[in-house]
Amino acid sequence: MRREPPQTLGDYSPLLFPAAMLTIFFVVPFGTMIAVSFFQRQQGGFYTTAFVFDNYQRFLSAFFGGVLGFSLMMAIAVAICCVVLALPFTYLLTRMARRVQIVWLVALLSILSLSEVIIGFAWSTLFSRTAGITNILVALGLMGEAKALTPSFAAVLTGMVYQAFPYTVLVLFPALVRLDPTLTEAARTLGASPLRAFFTVVVPALRNTIVATLIMVFIFALGSYLLPQLLGRPQHWTLSVLITDQAIYQSNMPFAAAMAVFLVLVTLGLVALTVIAGRKGEAA
Amino acid sequence: MTSVFRKFYFFLIALFLALPLIVVAGVSVNQKQTLAFPPEGFSTSWYGEIFLNTEWRNALFASVTLAVLSAALAVAIALPLAWFLWRRVAPWANIFQLLGVAPFTLPPVITALGLLTFWATAGFYGQPWTAVVSHGIFFVTLPLVTLSLGFTSIDRSLVEAAATMGADERTIFRTVVLPLILPYIVSGYAFAFVLSLNEYIVAYMTVGFTMETLPIKIFNALRYGYTPTMASVTVLFVSTAALIFGLVARFGDLPKLLGAMASDQK
Repeated sequence: MRREPPQTLGDYSPLLFPAAMLTIFFVVPFGTMIAVSFFQRQQGGFYTTAFVFDNYQRFLSAFFGGVLGFSLMMAIAVAICCVVLALPFTYLLTRMARRVQIVWLVALLSILSLSEVIIGFAWSTLFSRTAGITNILVALGLMGEAKALTPSFAAVLTGMVYQAFPYTVLVLFPALVRLDPTLTEAARTLGASPLRAFFTVVVPALRNTIVATLIMVFIFALGSYLLPQLLGRPQHWTLSVLITDQAIYQSNMPFAAAMAVFLVLVTLGLVALTVIAGRKGEAA
Repeated sequence: MTSVFRKFYFFLIALFLALPLIVVAGVSVNQKQTLAFPPEGFSTSWYGEIFLNTEWRNALFASVTLAVLSAALAVAIALPLAWFLWRRVAPWANIFQLLGVAPFTLPPVITALGLLTFWATAGFYGQPWTAVVSHGIFFVTLPLVTLSLGFTSIDRSLVEAAATMGADERTIFRTVVLPLILPYIVSGYAFAFVLSLNEYIVAYMTVGFTMETLPIKIFNALRYGYTPTMASVTVLFVSTAALIFGLVARFGDLPKLLGAMASDQK
């Protein structure tokens, strides 16, 4: 049956429920948030309708600029670590037997679905003095005595890489699975070592995929909210933490909304970049 | 040589991924109420605690109820939309697909804050059902993606044959389309269910003060120190997720669902 344009009004009826739900509970809340970002805060928790730029101005202060800078830097570090770790891994995984692939995919999905709370809890246990990895190092005689590794920047980074790694693999998976195996075979026949074939054939062929993945993991990491709180110090807090803090604990909805709108703009800019990178990939 | 290198590399990745879970599993069977690792003694009482302690049991019940209902809502939104996009030529309708994917693409705090402002403005802030709607919208992406994939795999000549034989739209959907699409409905539901079970920030910002889901309960409990019950909840959650995704893989084509081409690839 070919696809046909809707002929009668009744043909549109399947669209009614999804369109209404997405409009009322996604578009309207989004619009509300943008509107609130221009509202005036009122002492005592609520806000009054207004059209002011105060919230945005406040956001452009040195403190919040610093937080934004830190959030972006953190997300970049996570994206780079993840792609460097996951690219060869995913490539090798796609060359393995289907059965092995499925076991890994199930494991990766399970970890991906783990709540940030749980990941934070697990790593803070692992980094703790009483139940942590330093105990293993002590047992192996590599360390004098057990110590706590949190809170620290390295702990936040580890937790976030852990959280984003399965996501990275799953983003890379389709592109790598579809990669023409004859490409590397040709290189191998011509005498290239597997490692050389990987870096001179696979990586350049996937340049656009890699760029797109870096951006997607970056956005994913930008959303991290609990790990900086559970594994880091207040100076390691990201924009997501501050938004929630302002919205829930400071009851400053307009300011939280302004920060969120700003975060959307940054994200959308990056999504646009991903799309452009993807288009170029298709053209190549 | 390269095979040894590859095995070592895969071992390190597996270790990295498994290490937190191993430690948590160890902690969860501790005899005393401390976070000792390696565990001191062996006891499964912390698993019993999830079901015996009223607070943990309520949180578990809240999480499961939320996940069951919100995943159903996500499928109810995604199915007619994906079907319409497959059946009809209506380019402007793609905007709804874009809207369906957006909540999952943006940092979650944004969707959460949008919904918080909305529920607060509408005067429903804190009602348990708002969490169901919020999660349903937030996770609509997952069934939408699996269902769009499912529809593209339907051979249109099958549908055409049914139409030629005189079946009307409704009958075709019930007897041809639905059975073919069912595995994709189930996996879309499963993905949304597992993610809803573990979701924190949207639930917290919409009903955090009135309803405690398990992730919220764990986070709140973290403030007063660590208990082995959290570890046992973690183990329970990972096992549930692994079981559900394992079933999806067993009865469906997981690599294909995750974007690989047809199953004759390997």
